[in-house]
Amino acid sequence: MKAADIQKIAERELDFQRGYKYRINVCCSSGCVPFGALKVLKAFEDAVKEFGVQKECKVARTGCVGTCSVGPAVVVEPGDYLYQSVTPEKVRQIVRDHIALDLPVREQLYRNEAYFKKQQRLVLRNAGTIDPYRIEDYIAMAGYFALSKCLTAMTPKDVINEVLASGLRGRGGAGFPTGQKWNLVAAAHGAPKYIIANLDEGDPGVFANRTLAEADPHAILEGMLIAGYATGAEKGYIYIRAEYPLAIQTLKRALSQARSFGLLGESVLETSFKFDIELRFGAGAFVAGEETAILASVEGRRAMPRPRPPYPANSGLWGKPTLIQNVETLANIPLIVLNGGAWFAKIGTPKCSGTKCFSLTGKINNPGLIEVPMGITLREVVFEIGGGISDGRAFKAVLVGGPSGGCLPEALLDLPIDYDSLTRVGAIMGSGGIVVLDDQSCMVDTAKFFTDFCVDESCGRCSPCRAGLPEVKQVFDGITGGTGKAEDLATLEKSSVYIRDASLCGLGQTAPNPVITTLRYFKNEYVEHIVEKKCRAGKCFKNKRKEETS
Amino acid sequence: MLKEDNRKAMLEKAMKEYDYQESALLEILHKAQEIYGYLDKNLLTHVAKTLDLPPSHVFGVATFYNFFRLRAPGEHVVTGCFGTACYVKEVEEIVSAVEQEFNLKRGESTPDGKLSLFMTRCIGACAMAPNIIVDDEVLGKATKEMVLEKIHRALGGAAT
Repeated sequence: MKAADIQKIAERELDFQRGYKYRINVCCSSGCVPFGALKVLKAFEDAVKEFGVQKECKVARTGCVGTCSVGPAVVVEPGDYLYQSVTPEKVRQIVRDHIALDLPVREQLYRNEAYFKKQQRLVLRNAGTIDPYRIEDYIAMAGYFALSKCLTAMTPKDVINEVLASGLRGRGGAGFPTGQKWNLVAAAHGAPKYIIANLDEGDPGVFANRTLAEADPHAILEGMLIAGYATGAEKGYIYIRAEYPLAIQTLKRALSQARSFGLLGESVLETSFKFDIELRFGAGAFVAGEETAILASVEGRRAMPRPRPPYPANSGLWGKPTLIQNVETLANIPLIVLNGGAWFAKIGTPKCSGTKCFSLTGKINNPGLIEVPMGITLREVVFEIGGGISDGRAFKAVLVGGPSGGCLPEALLDLPIDYDSLTRVGAIMGSGGIVVLDDQSCMVDTAKFFTDFCVDESCGRCSPCRAGLPEVKQVFDGITGGTGKAEDLATLEKSSVYIRDASLCGLGQTAPNPVITTLRYFKNEYVEHIVEKKCRAGKCFKNKRKEETS
Repeated sequence: MLKEDNRKAMLEKAMKEYDYQESALLEILHKAQEIYGYLDKNLLTHVAKTLDLPPSHVFGVATFYNFFRLRAPGEHVVTGCFGTACYVKEVEEIVSAVEQEFNLKRGESTPDGKLSLFMTRCIGACAMAPNIIVDDEVLGKATKEMVLEKIHRALGGAAT
């Protein structure tokens, strides 16, 4: 297949799709499958036959729509009617009324315009609308157009210049400018060069990357191919958590389809560009998201970081130049190539262009997967998109950035979300976890929970992290167990700073963030625990209370 | 020595597919766990020998990653998700209730090998938190009552 053929496939597929008056998109991602999405899909396929509308109505399995708390979610096009909590029993009514009679079933619709109003879907542009198992669906949405543009009309240097102009920064958390990274790898000596797409997503409470892979796998592959062309790499690895079986299955299919379409292999789209992609499976290690640790893991070793320099751009996999990029970063690339860097730079804020996907969870009315322009405030995310606190409770804090992020109080809700603002207040962008806490949460217990997590996940290589974090944990055990002392606060503060400043990698450097931010913004709760032996949320002193009652 | 059987042949085939590459050790261990259910000493030694790696290296990798199981799980497995969203939504209360009801601790199995209770760090169904997995079924927005009933039913079904 040649570059020009892509356009023809797209036209043919669009013609085919226009042959249907209706399209029913059934979300079959990991959020909806456990709650019966596959049965719903089957029920729709049966129902369109039963009502004799299979010629005018296409039933498609798609990825995530984003309303993960009211799954299985089903969208009927045209008109984007979103049905919530669909069961096989409700399916017949939807097909009978909506498709056969053209009367949407109002009472089953998800009515929450606020949830979508402030979102802007770039990375998730195809999520929930295309069938991830069909490459033609992706191509019909201008998929692989960017790759064919690169191979026919752009030099690698042109591609890098567009990425530089876009201002795109790495979505894995650290926010390093993507174009600069590509320049480093392109300029590095050594061959072959490699690309690793990071889909390890070790943060508990985060599922954006998984959703992307399940909904639109080819966007990741196309981004990798373009990165390969721009940097001169010829081999890519997607490093994915083994805990994501559906995403793995989706990617496997996508890879084999891309290969059969001539998009991977010795001669991509019959040009001299050679590129192939292999999957590598993580096995549940938070630290493996760190870039030197991921190298060790892809090489089949324990995921333990090493000091930098040398940076992976110069000495990565097997000592060769390696580009490591989060899959969300890569999924932005086709859009930047097609629409130009200048177009992308206008979205978001001047220093942080584009959008960011967040997994929005916790004590909130509308949990789910969202994508918002950079610069949106936390308040908009929590109270407008998220619909405020559930069960009529009061807001207490929002955790941004996963287990090594920060706990921010109400006073900081008007903070715009971007890498620099978050870092300034002690949180991090991380991989995009936003967890909302209400007044039933204890901030001391929350900080302890994250410390426990980081103790478990510390790889043990450097002593500040390996030995320091358990010290912090012990202090927490004392405070929440009823034996806290006044000097504990100073100990926590001092140890946190040591661990942050002296650890080798990002895990240790950010692990104290929850401790530091809760001490900064919720010190009164620590004092209550230590002085009054009181936990206002009723989480702590449990053992002590048991003794008293027995 | 690993028993000569179908499973061993499947493992051999998988290792061959990866060309006995040292860098595919994680993939091979995943495959081994899929075939045997867990990775015991015998199995790890066999993998080390076949890939021509020091056993210490293979054991080191197997023990480093949380996903690898080194002991046989019980007949029925209950897994509590301890991701952040589930923690915030009080998964702890449900897991403690399971511990009390069936008199076992998290990470362990009952003496009769019928039930194991494990913890996992996030299954990614955070919008449905708290999540508990009973055998292969994910229970979203789980409650104590719902989980206990499910386990009782699973155990009852196994006995008859």
